[in-house]
Amino acid sequence: MSSAETALRIALVGNPNCGKTALFNLLTGSRQKVANYAGVTVERKQGRYVAPSGRVVDLLDLPGAYSLDAASPDEAITRDVCLGIAAGETRPDLLVCVADATNLRLHLRFVLEVRRLGVPVVLALNMMDAAARRGIRIDIAALERELGIPVIETVAVRRAGARALIERIDGPLPALPDAGPADLDLHAEVRRLLAATVRMPTRTAATDDAIDRVALHPVWGLVLLGVLMFLIFQSVFSWAEPLMDAIENGIKALGAFSVAALPEGPLRSLLADGVFAGIGSVLVFLPQILILFLFILALEESGYLPRAAFLLDRLMFKAGLSGRSFIPLLSSFACAIPGIMATRSIQDPRDRLATIMVAPLMTCSARLPVYTLLIAAFIPQRTVAGVFNLQGIVLFALYVAGIVSALAVAFVIKRLRRDRSEHALLLELPSYRWPHPRDLAIGLWERAWIFLKRVGGIILALTVLLWFLSSFPAPPDGATGPAIDYSFAGRIGRALEVVFAPVGFNWQICIALIPGLAAREVAVSALGTVYALSGSDDTIAAELGPLIAGQWPLATALSLLVWYIFAPQCLSTLAVIRRETNSWRNVWIAAGYLFALAYAASFVTYQVTRMLTS
Amino acid sequence: MRLSELLPGNTAVVREVEDVGSADPIARRLRDLGFVAGEPVKLVTRGPVGGDPLLVQIGFTRFALRRSEAARVWLQAAGATP
Ligand SMILES: Nc1nc2c(ncn2[C@@H]2O[C@H](COP(=O)(O)OP(=O)(O)OP(=O)(O)O)[C@@H](O)[C@H]2O)c(=O)[nH]1
Ligand SMILES: [Mg+2]
Repeated sequence: MSSAETALRIALVGNPNCGKTALFNLLTGSRQKVANYAGVTVERKQGRYVAPSGRVVDLLDLPGAYSLDAASPDEAITRDVCLGIAAGETRPDLLVCVADATNLRLHLRFVLEVRRLGVPVVLALNMMDAAARRGIRIDIAALERELGIPVIETVAVRRAGARALIERIDGPLPALPDAGPADLDLHAEVRRLLAATVRMPTRTAATDDAIDRVALHPVWGLVLLGVLMFLIFQSVFSWAEPLMDAIENGIKALGAFSVAALPEGPLRSLLADGVFAGIGSVLVFLPQILILFLFILALEESGYLPRAAFLLDRLMFKAGLSGRSFIPLLSSFACAIPGIMATRSIQDPRDRLATIMVAPLMTCSARLPVYTLLIAAFIPQRTVAGVFNLQGIVLFALYVAGIVSALAVAFVIKRLRRDRSEHALLLELPSYRWPHPRDLAIGLWERAWIFLKRVGGIILALTVLLWFLSSFPAPPDGATGPAIDYSFAGRIGRALEVVFAPVGFNWQICIALIPGLAAREVAVSALGTVYALSGSDDTIAAELGPLIAGQWPLATALSLLVWYIFAPQCLSTLAVIRRETNSWRNVWIAAGYLFALAYAASFVTYQVTRMLTS
Repeated sequence: MRLSELLPGNTAVVREVEDVGSADPIARRLRDLGFVAGEPVKLVTRGPVGGDPLLVQIGFTRFALRRSEAARVWLQAAGATP
C-alpha cells in the first residue's frame, strides 16, 4: 500500500457555491455539508480516496473564494493553502479548480487567477446538467486549448458524475500552465474566452426570474417569508405529536418491562429513575428535532436563504447586523456552534463579532425539549382562529422573542461602539434548486444519529452522574422526607434555591440547571430523574409533564421558559466563541450579558405572572 | 450616473468603480466580481424597506448590494458605446 508520502495531494478550489464540497463528497465518500448558498464550507476538510491505479489521493476541500485577494477569514484559508503559506502544510501537488458551468463570467476569472500560481491545475466544469438544461453549449476542446489546462466536465450530484475527473487525476500530472503575460487583464481575457467557447441563450435561468418576481417582491416577498417561518413552527408542533406519543409509549413499556424483573435496590433505581426517566424524557423530542431539520435542510438546498437575507438586510442593518448574518443566525436554530462557525463568511469584522455575540439567542434545537415539556404541561391544547394550534403559537412566540432580543442586543452593541462606518453586504443569490429527497433523507438520518449519540453519550453520562449525586449519601436511619433531600444534589439544589427563588425556581429546577451547562437537553432529563427520585413510587419518563403541571405554579413554568430564551448555560458555545474570536473577554461578555438578561427577564415574568394569577 | 440611481428593470454599462478612501476593499471586491468598464449591469429589483439593498445582475450572476456599495459604481451615459 502506498504510504502518506507518496499520496497525491490535491486541493479543490473555486468560487463559492460551485460544487466543491459535493465533488469532495462524491470522491471521498464523505458527508460534508453541501448547501445552495455561498459560504457553506468555512474550514479546510481533508479526505482521501484510492484512485483506480491504486494510488492514494489526499483531497482537501476548501472554502469558496471570489478572489485570492481574501476579504474574509474563510477566503484567507483558501488563499494560504493555494499560496503554500498555510501553517504546517505543504503546497498541494495539483489544484482542481471547480467552476459552475452556468456562471462562467464570474468563475473563469478565478480560474485565471489560480492558473498563474505556478501549480498544476485541472479545471472541473461542474453543473453540466444544469448548463445543458439551460441550453448552454461549451466547446470544451477550445476552452482547454485557450486556457492551456485540462478541462473536465463533471456533475457532482450524480453518482458517476466525476468519473472523467477521477481518470484524469489518475493520469500523469498536467504540465505547469502558462500563466500568460503578467499584466493580463483577467476580465478582458474572460470575455475573450466566453466569446470563443461558450454559447448561452440567456444570461439567467427563466425559472429563477419567475420565482424571484414573487419571492423578492416588496410585499409578497415579506408575506411569503413570514408565512414560511410560521408554518415551520406550527408543523414542528402539530406533525410531531403522534410520533412523540408513540415513542413515549414505547419507552414506558420498555421501562416497565425491564424494571419489573429487577429486585428493589440501587440497580433498579438507576434504571428506572436514571436511565428511563432521564434519557426517555429527552428521546421523545427526536421527531420535533427532525421536523425542524427537514425544513432547514430543504431551505438550505433550495437557494431561498440568501433571498431571505436580501429581504431582511435593511432591518438587520438597522439593528447593527447585516443580511450576511441571516444564514449564520438561521443555522443557530439548529445549534449555535455551526452558526458561530458560519460567521467566518462575513467580511466585516464588526458585523461578524456582533453576529457571534447574538447567535446564542437563537433558539437552538437543544432547547426544544425544554420548551416542549413546559408548553405541553402548562399551555392548554386549543385551536385558535380555527386553524392554529395554541401550543404552536406559544412556541413561535418564544422563537420570536429570541430573535427580537438578538436584534435588540445587536442594536445596543452598535450604539456602544458608536460605529458610523460602512459595512459591506455583497451577497450572491444562487439559482433555485429542488432539494434531492435522497439528500434530505441522508441529512435527516445523520441528524438523528447525532442526536442519538448525544443521548447515549453525554446525556446518559450526565444523567447517571446526576442519579448518583441525587441518591447518595443515603438518608440516615429514621429519616422521614424523600431520600433526595439528604443527597449531594439535594443540598446543592437547596443552596442554589436562595439565588433563584426571586425568579421562582424551586430546588429541583436549580439542580437541573447545572448539568444543563454541558448539554441543554439534560435539564429535562435531570428534572425527570430528580422528580422520579423524590416521588414515592417509580414514575417513568413520560409522566414528567403532568407531574410538574400539578406541582409548579404557572409563574414558575413561564419564568423557566423565559429563562431558556436567553439560557447562557452552554459550555460548548462559550468555547467556540473563545476559539472564533480568540478572546476570553468576549466569552465573559457573552456569558455575563446572557445571564443578566435571563435573570432579569425571568424575574419580571415570574413576579408579574404571580401578581396576575394570585 | 451611479448604479445606485439606476431604476429597477433598467440596464446600463459600467464605466468604473470609484474608491472611497485609499485602498478601498469594497471597491476592490466589486472589481473582482466583474464591475469593470464595459460590463453591462441590470438593476433587477430593490429591497422592500427603503429600497435597500439593490439586486444587481452582473455577468450571469446576481448580487445583493447596499446602496452605499452600488454608489461606487459609475455608469456610462446612455447611448455612449463602450
Ligand atoms: N444541478 C447540480 N447541482 C450541483 C452540482 N454540484 C453541486 N450542486 C449543488 O450546488 C450547490 C453548492 O454545492 P456545494 O458543494 O455546497 O458548493 P461549494 O463549492 O462547496 O460551496 P462553498 O462551500 O460555499 O464554497 C448545492 O446546492 C449542490 O447540491 C451539479 O453538478 N449539478
Ligand atoms: Mg463547500
